[in-house]
Amino acid sequence: MTKSQKKDLVKILISAALFIIAELVPKAWPLFLVSYAIVGYGPIFSAVKNISRGQIFDENFLMTIATAGALALRQWDEAVAVMLFYAVGELFEDYAVNRSRNSIKDLMDIRPDYAVKLNDGTEETVDPYDVMPGDIIIVKPGEKVPLDGIVTEGTGTLDTSALTGESLPKDISPGMEITSGFVNLTGLLKIEVTAPFEESTVSKILDLVENSGSRKAKVEKFITRFARYYTPAVVFAAIALAIIPPLLFNGQWQDWIYRALLFLVISCPCALVISVPLAFFGGVGTASRNGILVKGSNYLEALANVEEIVFDKTGTITTGNFEVTDGCSPELLELAAHIESYSAHPISQSIIKAYGKEPDKNRIGKVEEIPGEGIWAEVDGRKYYAGNDKLMAKIGAALTDTSSPHTTVHIAAEDKYLGTIEIADVVKDNAREAISELKSLGVKKTVMLSGDTEEIAAEVSGKTGIDEYHGRLLPQDKVDLFEKMAEKADGHIAFVGDGINDAPTLARADVGIAMGGAGSQAAIEAADIAIMDDDISKIGRIIKIARKTITIAKENVVFALSIKFIVLILGALGFANMWMAVFADVGVAILAILNSMRMLIRHKN
Amino acid sequence: MKRSFKLENLCCANCAAKIEDKINKVDGVSASLSFMTQRLNLEAEDMDYAVAKAEEIINKVEPDCVLVK
Repeated sequence: MTKSQKKDLVKILISAALFIIAELVPKAWPLFLVSYAIVGYGPIFSAVKNISRGQIFDENFLMTIATAGALALRQWDEAVAVMLFYAVGELFEDYAVNRSRNSIKDLMDIRPDYAVKLNDGTEETVDPYDVMPGDIIIVKPGEKVPLDGIVTEGTGTLDTSALTGESLPKDISPGMEITSGFVNLTGLLKIEVTAPFEESTVSKILDLVENSGSRKAKVEKFITRFARYYTPAVVFAAIALAIIPPLLFNGQWQDWIYRALLFLVISCPCALVISVPLAFFGGVGTASRNGILVKGSNYLEALANVEEIVFDKTGTITTGNFEVTDGCSPELLELAAHIESYSAHPISQSIIKAYGKEPDKNRIGKVEEIPGEGIWAEVDGRKYYAGNDKLMAKIGAALTDTSSPHTTVHIAAEDKYLGTIEIADVVKDNAREAISELKSLGVKKTVMLSGDTEEIAAEVSGKTGIDEYHGRLLPQDKVDLFEKMAEKADGHIAFVGDGINDAPTLARADVGIAMGGAGSQAAIEAADIAIMDDDISKIGRIIKIARKTITIAKENVVFALSIKFIVLILGALGFANMWMAVFADVGVAILAILNSMRMLIRHKN
Repeated sequence: MKRSFKLENLCCANCAAKIEDKINKVDGVSASLSFMTQRLNLEAEDMDYAVAKAEEIINKVEPDCVLVK
């Protein structure tokens, strides 16, 4: 609780105590006035100040008029009760909004407070803003990585959960890129900084979360527009109610003015206006706790009604890492790993990885790369070749079976063909599950776009259960094809990519979702929603979060409006009292807040 | 040109909506104000003018609220 909140609480308690005494002791009505003054002077003072500035119809004014009217009607206890409840409601609202703000701040607690810079061998603790690219910083165990960079010395494990939601720690060693916001768990790391703090991942993410409120959902805009008409309309209705029946239909002035005062209390718009942004704030916060950054409420709204999802293949459905497919003999693999052992090419690396052991360098003699074709090397004193069709043709090795849609490496000894190793981009383990979950969530169509051959696209879509696939697409073709799909689609259409070469398509989609965001700032910038790790099942999760958010927002709106209208009708007919009117204002606001917090509490691990 | 500002002592959701609406009515300025994050995003050709106008409006609607530059 803040200082001013504590002060308000004390006022409320004193005022409430006096109110109870006044209720119990007969003829103690002056005590009501004292109790009223203690909680009421704040709002009354603000009301007077605001009227002098031409701001009428604000909450303070409405409450002041309503309670002053009640006092004039000698409804002492009701006047005090309304003011008291109004103060309690405001305090609670303030407290709850602050709490939900803080709970989101906690979960985005990735801002580093300092960086340890290395100056000619001496450590110096500085503000992260004062570190420049090229500087060397030191990160000790337990510390946050303050800036993006490349590890120059030391190995360790990193806790990436604040950014990615991934609980498994990540290993790091020299030469690897490191992202700010990770927490170093073990080992001392020396890092060469590559970007100033303003451009570091941490800054970008914080900026994005803090600005997410600025892209508003339709339902949010609707409710603020509604409030602009609602308050004046109810106030004029109140005036009409106070004047017309007594003048024209011989009504009791006292009775009708009391009903009009109820209208004034109910006319306060705050419960309505806060109910929706609060729900969306909870949704965006819950998403970030799951390692999913959402750039605005409007994207949650669009995603809740998504009907078609288009995926880029590489990096999204597949891991983007090449791996040797099953079905080649261990002897061939061992030989290939030795031929390729000095090559840094990704394909060579995948062969060595599949071999699983360190190639024995003593067995290897001369090695030479043949650009665009492959490599030859002396292994155990014999000359072997590894390469593509062209290389085999050149050395005169006859291939037996070459029909494969995947990347292939042929192995030959002198001019004798020995066999072929197939290398393919692997489908993510949980891709099939994730796609079927999307279908069960009501996504009507899933499509995959790929730059690879039709055969590979067909194979991957078959493995994952994706409805439709298109192969052989250049980045520009992907945008064009997506445009066509978007025009044809009735509902919202989302695009999921890794943000590396599909930024135009991400930007074009109703909702562009980028995966693997923790490593790529380009992805964070291009997308509307960035999934920080590359877990494809999070697409289903964010759709669920979006739907839950929309449900809560709608519940809040329907609930607030219907209670207000019911009490307005009861009030006009003479069946309501001040207590009900206060409930229709602050009571409803409090319930809307509690309803919105449901989301944050449920997803607290 | 776009800029983002923090607002301090912004205490009522409806006031936030009013401020946003009024700033948007200023010629050549578009604004988005989030009550939950207490951030005002302005987009305008003439940023100094937009900030001055925004401050004027904020001061009128909610005198306690301050725009932090």
